[in-house]
Amino acid sequence: MRRLLTRLGFYLFTAWAAITINFLIAHTLPGDPVSALLAKYAGQINSSAIASLTALFGLNKHQSLWGSYLSYWGQLAHGNLGISFTQFPTPVSTLIGQYLPWTLFLVGTATVLSFVIGTGLGVISGWRRGAWTDGLLPAASFLSSIPYFWLGLIAITVFTGPGSWLPGSFSFSQGLTPVWTTSFVGDALQHAILPAATIVVSTMSGWMLSMRNMMVTVTSEDYITVAHAKGLSERRVMLSYAARNALLPNISGFALSLGFIVSGTFLVEIVFNYQGVGLLLLQAIGADDYPLMQGIFLVITLAVLAANFLADLAYLILDPRTRQEG
Amino acid sequence: MRPNRFRLPRFLRNHKAAAGALILLFFLVFAVIGPWIAPYSPDQTGTAIVVGPSSAHWFGTDQLGRDIYSQLLVGTRGVVVVGFLAGAIATVLSMLIGIASGYLPGRGGESLSVLSNVFLVLPALPLLIIITSTQQSNGWVVILVIGLTSWAWNARLMRAQTLSLRRRDYIEAARATGESTSRIIVFEILPNLTALIASGFIGTVVFTVLTEITLAFVGISVSEWNWGTVLYWAQSQDALAQNAWWWFVPAGLAIALLGTGLALLNFGIDEFVNPRLRSSGPARIKTATGRRVRMRIGFTPVTGAPGELVPALAQDPEGETL
Amino acid sequence: MDVIAAETAVLEAEGLTKHFPLPASGRELLGGHARVVHAVDEVTLTLHRGRVTALVGESGSGKSTVARLLAHLQHRTDGSVRLHGQEVKVRGGRKLRAYCRSVQLIFQDPFASLNPVHTVRYTLSRALRVHGHAGRSRAELDQALTDLLGRVRLTPAEQYLAKFPHELSGGQRQRVAIARALAAQPEVLLADEPVSMLDVSIRLGVLNLLRDLKEQLHLAVLYITHDIASARYFADETLVMYAGRMVEGGPSETVTQHPAHPYTRLLINSAPDPERLGTGFGEYDEDGELTEEEDLGEPPSLVTPPTGCRFHPRCPHVMERCSTETPPRFEVPDPDGAPTTQWAACWLYANEEASAA
Repeated sequence: MRRLLTRLGFYLFTAWAAITINFLIAHTLPGDPVSALLAKYAGQINSSAIASLTALFGLNKHQSLWGSYLSYWGQLAHGNLGISFTQFPTPVSTLIGQYLPWTLFLVGTATVLSFVIGTGLGVISGWRRGAWTDGLLPAASFLSSIPYFWLGLIAITVFTGPGSWLPGSFSFSQGLTPVWTTSFVGDALQHAILPAATIVVSTMSGWMLSMRNMMVTVTSEDYITVAHAKGLSERRVMLSYAARNALLPNISGFALSLGFIVSGTFLVEIVFNYQGVGLLLLQAIGADDYPLMQGIFLVITLAVLAANFLADLAYLILDPRTRQEG
Repeated sequence: MRPNRFRLPRFLRNHKAAAGALILLFFLVFAVIGPWIAPYSPDQTGTAIVVGPSSAHWFGTDQLGRDIYSQLLVGTRGVVVVGFLAGAIATVLSMLIGIASGYLPGRGGESLSVLSNVFLVLPALPLLIIITSTQQSNGWVVILVIGLTSWAWNARLMRAQTLSLRRRDYIEAARATGESTSRIIVFEILPNLTALIASGFIGTVVFTVLTEITLAFVGISVSEWNWGTVLYWAQSQDALAQNAWWWFVPAGLAIALLGTGLALLNFGIDEFVNPRLRSSGPARIKTATGRRVRMRIGFTPVTGAPGELVPALAQDPEGETL
Repeated sequence: MDVIAAETAVLEAEGLTKHFPLPASGRELLGGHARVVHAVDEVTLTLHRGRVTALVGESGSGKSTVARLLAHLQHRTDGSVRLHGQEVKVRGGRKLRAYCRSVQLIFQDPFASLNPVHTVRYTLSRALRVHGHAGRSRAELDQALTDLLGRVRLTPAEQYLAKFPHELSGGQRQRVAIARALAAQPEVLLADEPVSMLDVSIRLGVLNLLRDLKEQLHLAVLYITHDIASARYFADETLVMYAGRMVEGGPSETVTQHPAHPYTRLLINSAPDPERLGTGFGEYDEDGELTEEEDLGEPPSLVTPPTGCRFHPRCPHVMERCSTETPPRFEVPDPDGAPTTQWAACWLYANEEASAA
């Protein structure tokens, strides 16, 4: 229980740090583009929008830094992230709300698949030393050095094109409206195969390597020898004894790598024109759409923190050693 | 007496480490001589628009007729310099913070640990994008920022190792001899961490190179030309639609090759330090009586005709008996 | 008190106490009842130059902690330490370095106490340099190193200086550790189980070396051990510790031959000695065979130690008083009526003498 509270406290602290960083960056924008924009659209924005942008970017010259900081928090508490420049006058939160689910879907499925496959391969390669699985190592390290997005480009070149079943871009076929029908879901899945496969292939090698290392360490422990001596089948020893113990550090590693995975996913989205938050971010960068950029940063960071916390929770549940403490 | 044969230092006799070192050397050489041997200037426009590989342009041209081969050659220097510099900054930071966090007792160490965890958990790419796109980005600032966001992983590793070393008797003995804290950290603890530092540096360089290329890909570039910029142009000009594979394939291959070389080098270090990780010899061997036996870790199978016990010994590739 | 004691006393500890805090749950913190490990409680001892004092006890008795407290590698919770009669208040830094010049510590594990990445030359040179005995030139340093290695009988010195710890045997490493301690030219040597991890055949050599060094350099030696038999061989005075407290003390010969405190008797009897068969705590039949073994028990928890005398749950002579009041030190009378310096913290001796040593 105590550990849980400590972890929760840590994530809350980090969230606070992220929000504060965001605030500070917003206040150091060169050239004061936001004021310029406000002036340009003066007649077309309603007063609440003006107020929120002012608070978010500290445009009120009469307010102290601390005062701005407090207004900033006030804005966030209302879920108000400002208005996008490029998709004017859509609020940032609406935009993110449209694009985020796709990213979550892609990241979620790809990560889980990659973890499962990578860990499985790692177990086998760590268990059977000197077998063909050893040859996987250089291949795995080659794959993990390839930037995801480049792999995506290759995949598109190779697998798509006229006459191919796999679509090369977008998250769903043009002209369809997102609804929860089987045909739409099927279409969405079809569009997700290549992007997800790209992510899976690039990331699973990382899991495989670390799992292999852990398996090697674990298999030299005495309790494995005892298990063999007891006459248990090889598969049982491999899975219930060795893999189970070797898995734990990988789970905590999984939590930590979520940040990296999210970064990689953005790029894949860009390559595949997948309608997720990554693509949105690219457009925002290109157009200097500061409210949108910062909104995305904030949302993604908080999402990663939440996912980290859940992974920590899973670890606490799975490792019996942590349950003893009060 | 046999004449002294030239033997590579033990570390390089490991195949993986040797291969990795070779690849790294290859790129370092090109980083130095790249701009000299490039046949064209990378910005030099031409009339051959998006043309495939030819004798004039080995890797083809882009949408402005610029030679892609030259772009890659010149870009190598940018990639290597930024990657290694940022990697060095990050490694030094991770050493300072990680070791201090592990050695200092009480609040000092704890708070440094929390600091590293915060940086670890914050997703790096969005943070980098925000910072570099909103501030005046000159090359040095970006190198600095990449270095400042890449140290956390290794800091954690250093802290864990230092925590375990701190309890060792020889550290207590150094204190009992009267050594000062800074001397203990630098001369007693640090030398025991060299393998970790070396492997950490290489891993960090892989990360910084990828980060730098990624930033270039989304339009935030550090130096004039690097491999990521090539890909940026490829993507924004829709190279795929034009089936211009020569535009993006070489760049990605170069990245992957450099990354693999560094990773192999890292394997070499790992295996050098921890003999258990080495790939052992063939898993199935023939025993004296011709039966095939599978080797298991920790077991020496005893086989042979009844009444005759012949232990089978495994050999690892270095010729040392396990 | 010994007549010679007052003049040659160099390091004294009085009421030395160390409690280690345990991680406390929220409830405990609020209630103000944080739990501690009572590792060392009110240890009082005096070290004299030219004498070896043995501190004997089981694992967990707190003897290693006493050594660390005396070396000021850990901070005491209570009590005082006096060097040459002056109170010592050292927390670290320069004061610790100055203190180390007089008091040096030798560790139990000869492999762990030498940094594996440094040669013998580096380790000893550092020790010499820190305390200013390294001379000004390379030649002077080399001479000092040779002298140092000669003292611990590792000759020829050149053979040992370039070696790494893993290239030396256990006995050699321990000699290097002793040389490192001697580099400071200390007055007090705290030896924390210096031979426990060495092969039995090597132990005698190292103990003899320590004894010779004590004579030549007029050192005060604190010899910490779990083996009371070696205390008899090596030490002039023996102190016995149990569960963080001192329970008996006196000349080694007397304490080992005529143990007064029930715990000391237990220790002596569990040390194999062919001359004393059949005097264990069990039941014996007419052939001297042990028919019923007493359960010798286990050391107590140091977090919630037994009240009163900490040995009372295991003591065959336990009385009412033992569980309520902690016994002070009582003089143990010599069986022949000669003047004695042996004392025991046991209520069994309360009637004999009213004074505490």
